[in-house]
Amino acid sequence: MKKLLLLPFVLVLAACTTTESVQPWERGQLARTDMAWNTDPLHNAMREHVYTSKEGASGGLSTGGGGCGCY
Amino acid sequence: MMLKRLRRIRLHLLLILPMLLGSISFGLQAAPAPDFTLPRLDGSESVSLASLRGKVVYVDFWASWCAPCTVALPEMDKVRRDLHARGFEVIAINLDESEADAIRFLQRMNLSYPIVTDPAKSTPTAYKIAGMPTAFLIDRRGELHSTHAGFRPGDSAKLRLTIEQLLQETP
Repeated sequence: MKKLLLLPFVLVLAACTTTESVQPWERGQLARTDMAWNTDPLHNAMREHVYTSKEGASGGLSTGGGGCGCY
Repeated sequence: MMLKRLRRIRLHLLLILPMLLGSISFGLQAAPAPDFTLPRLDGSESVSLASLRGKVVYVDFWASWCAPCTVALPEMDKVRRDLHARGFEVIAINLDESEADAIRFLQRMNLSYPIVTDPAKSTPTAYKIAGMPTAFLIDRRGELHSTHAGFRPGDSAKLRLTIEQLLQETP
């Protein structure tokens, strides 16, 4: 019975997967200003500087997200 | 025992050798640039890569939302204006989802080279571009010479040197 209940769960989970990836030319919407984590790069740099100074560490702050994915 | 091990190693080497040779020949082979015929963004006649055989061609993939493209387009226009008479041409392939965005963007620039559009996006697939902007330099024989990924201010100076070298070659 448990195995039977597990089956739809696995099927739903499998439906979440995709083989399609966003192509470089399909990132127009992601490149919009309102899609960025932080729209002010100067403010972002200042905040990172304060944070790393307080923590006595640097690096590892950036993470992947929105944006145009340009080189 | 030792002889057996040596034989096994020899067998492994024999299996690896064709793969190594294959990769070497692949690296040396000059690949012909995938041909295309695309309509101009302004609706006038189409542009085909084959018709530019004998010229050094810079094929640039761009979009209006791509920040480095805004640097590349005017810089390459300057190079094109200087070297066009010697046989250099630029084709800028627009990949915007909305053509109106591209047209609005181009109104701010005065570009001399053909701007084409590829609504089916078959060209970026054929050229296997991995990011924006990506440009390909094609020599007079129609073969891919090099790829230029991204664009920073001043990159056109380095590109100009390569283009001038390619222009000296005979088709």
